[in-house]
Amino acid sequence: MSFDMAQFHQVFFEESFEGLDIMESGLLDMDPGAADAEAINAIFRAAHSIKGGSGTFGFMNVSEFTHVMETLLDEMRDGRRQVTGDAVNVLLQSVDVLRDMLTAARDGGEPDEERVTAQRADLDRVLADRDAGVPVGDAPEVEGSTSAESPGDVQPIGWRIVFRPHQHLMRTGNDPLRIIRELGSLAEMSAECDIAELPDLESLEPEDSYLSWNLRLHEPIDKAQIDDVFEWVEDDCDFAVIPVMPDSYDPAATAQPAEPDTATADTDKVPLQAAPPPVERRDTADRRKADERRKHAGGATGASSSIRVDIHKIDTLINMVGELVITQSMLGMLGDDFQMSRVERLKEGLAQLERHTRELQESVMRIRMVPISFSFSRFPRLVHDLSQKLGKKIELKMSGENTEVDKTVIEKIGDPLVHLVRNSLDHGIETPEERAAAGKPETGTVHLAASHRGGNIVIEIRDDGRGLPRDKIFAKAVERGLVKADDHLSDKEVYDLIFQPGFSTAEQVSDVSGRGVGMDVVRRNINELGGAIEIESTPGEGSAIVVRLPLTLAILDGQTIRIGDETYIVPLVSIIESIQIDDSMLNKVAGRGETFRLREEYLPIVRMHEVFGIDEHDADELTDGILVVVEGEGRKCGLFVDDLLGQQQVVIKSLEANYRKVEGISGATILGDGSVALIIDIPGLMRLAKQHAGRSDAAMALTA
Amino acid sequence: MSQDNIVALQAVDDEDAGTQYLTFMLADEQYGLNILQVQEIRGWEQVTRIPNAPAYLRGVINLRGTIVPVLDLRRRFDMPVAEYTKETVVIVVHAADPAGGERSLGLVVDAVSDVLVAQDDDVASTPDFGANVPTENILGLVNADGHMVMLLDVGSLLETDRAVGGDA
Repeated sequence: MSFDMAQFHQVFFEESFEGLDIMESGLLDMDPGAADAEAINAIFRAAHSIKGGSGTFGFMNVSEFTHVMETLLDEMRDGRRQVTGDAVNVLLQSVDVLRDMLTAARDGGEPDEERVTAQRADLDRVLADRDAGVPVGDAPEVEGSTSAESPGDVQPIGWRIVFRPHQHLMRTGNDPLRIIRELGSLAEMSAECDIAELPDLESLEPEDSYLSWNLRLHEPIDKAQIDDVFEWVEDDCDFAVIPVMPDSYDPAATAQPAEPDTATADTDKVPLQAAPPPVERRDTADRRKADERRKHAGGATGASSSIRVDIHKIDTLINMVGELVITQSMLGMLGDDFQMSRVERLKEGLAQLERHTRELQESVMRIRMVPISFSFSRFPRLVHDLSQKLGKKIELKMSGENTEVDKTVIEKIGDPLVHLVRNSLDHGIETPEERAAAGKPETGTVHLAASHRGGNIVIEIRDDGRGLPRDKIFAKAVERGLVKADDHLSDKEVYDLIFQPGFSTAEQVSDVSGRGVGMDVVRRNINELGGAIEIESTPGEGSAIVVRLPLTLAILDGQTIRIGDETYIVPLVSIIESIQIDDSMLNKVAGRGETFRLREEYLPIVRMHEVFGIDEHDADELTDGILVVVEGEGRKCGLFVDDLLGQQQVVIKSLEANYRKVEGISGATILGDGSVALIIDIPGLMRLAKQHAGRSDAAMALTA
Repeated sequence: MSQDNIVALQAVDDEDAGTQYLTFMLADEQYGLNILQVQEIRGWEQVTRIPNAPAYLRGVINLRGTIVPVLDLRRRFDMPVAEYTKETVVIVVHAADPAGGERSLGLVVDAVSDVLVAQDDDVASTPDFGANVPTENILGLVNADGHMVMLLDVGSLLETDRAVGGDA
């Protein structure tokens, strides 16, 4: 049979990366010394699937590497090995190496061989720690019988296999006969069939399997070969592989082959004694849990082109479409034979249609919504690793992981969040000594919280560290020429300085928080998503970074404004308020730059018709029009427009798809009448206004 | 469809071994576009202006949910500006984007005239006029019944528009 395996590659890689995430989070949750059997099981399963899949798809290096990990995990699972901190760390590093190998395999590149070899040596070292001398591949399974032996290395002369398919085995597309034949092809084999469970003819289900087998392989083949045969069915059957020792070695072993009759009776006990885990681990509830966990933990790395959708969401959608079809046929009937007397019913039908369409739109949008935990799941690992590296004690708390956000937002917010959390760990939290000296508990806390507020998702990264060093930031900004030494800035303005390009106050450049190229990039990324970032800080008590993001990138709440006969949309999130001003609020800077006073602030005025070059506009006098006070990238200004038209949700359309990026415009939308309106990008508009002011030689200072 | 029609269509097919060009008028000049790159022909409708865009870019329209820029070919080629009339049409063309996608563009022209079939051998290369006459968007020239038809390169039109627009 030849078919293109490549078509399954994507699924395999996606599943494998999810598996890695499960392994990672499982390992992080594990307490050395008191490991939860279920947790180890979940990790083992994930490793096992990766091994199986990579073997099938021919990524032998991945498969071999995973096999060693699996061996180690298997021993832990059986309680034959203590879960030590060292082993967990080695396993965590192995997960990283494995991720690299899979990434390389996916992108057609070469993994870092040196690292792989080194990691493998590490794994082998951990493995050899206790049972030195036992060949790696055979260590776990054979151990049950070998542990009692003297170290004298006795090779088995054959294998006894007890194979008991579950009833549903054949329904999974597997055939016991095929498996037995395959075993037969490995070595000379004798087989016995146990028909004890075969029911009466009336109650026999022809598609169920009732038989079990006792097989004997009379050659000392490699056990891995036998395991390979059972690779695909091991979830659907109980099986045990028992080595048969030479006569001279163990009289019990020789007795068994001599008494074939008792072997059948033994089958019940054999798998339980020799290999209890197969039965235990194939517990379905357990598997479901692992699957569930996989669903929640997966997908944190890399942008994937597929999405897992909750079945309830799809059901809702199908219901909604059903309603829509009913409404449509109702309207159709009305239209076939329309009389004026039925106009009321027509209106009713149209109203219904509108409602259903809106609901449908909302549910379709909801499909793209995934819990933020997809993005949060990587942080326990990050904090674990970094706190070790930095020699700090840090506890990570997370809340609101189930808050749903658009998938695109999740994918794009990952890196900025990593950066912010790293900063918090590196600069925010003090060393245990410093903390103790300051009278704080030695263990610092970083709290990662997500919540919905209005049409936004708010992500907070709060630590109880030393807070932002106001004076140091200010001094640095003066040194970099960003502000003047005699400028009076509010705390907030000072904190905002760290978002300026090329700003870093780290006393030493560490590989943790980089070289001060970060925060401006973080802010830019967040702004590109239509979000905003704010800093709160109390010296000695800690700081909080608040990231505000739109729930979706596809829909935006907008305020429609009019300038002349042109209509634009201003994102509602950027608007602080809209006011009509009078002369008393107006001022001019250097006779040209127009500003107005709003409470205690002086804000520049941007005349939209000038910046956008609109010839026909109503209001020339500032007092005749309306000022929309907006905020972007921490700066505020007043947009001078002719009129406010209304607020509405708009679907964002790309201008770049067919044209190009336009300065001051973030996209376009289609209004109710089918015409196109452009959506204003506030930070971009401010830059544009500044250029414009520069060109027209007006000293309108927007760098307030 | 009757038997005769099918035969007639086949005959046309055989004859059309060359490339088909949609021709249109711009002032007194005739231009052609590869018909496979023509998406549709629409009447002129009000567009939404894009701030600070070059004058030849009239704005954008809503083409069944996608935003498509519309440019005035007369202005693009620095020809005298004409009032838009009932005959003014927008030819929506599309071409592959170097980035791998496909981009659409609306072209405002005076009127659509005909479909022209030209063998590749009949297309003469554009003479070099020096820097005064921009020819980077012209694929070549074709003689049709004594008129000269300039064949436009849609791809380069999309490209140069992007580049020219970039510094506006």
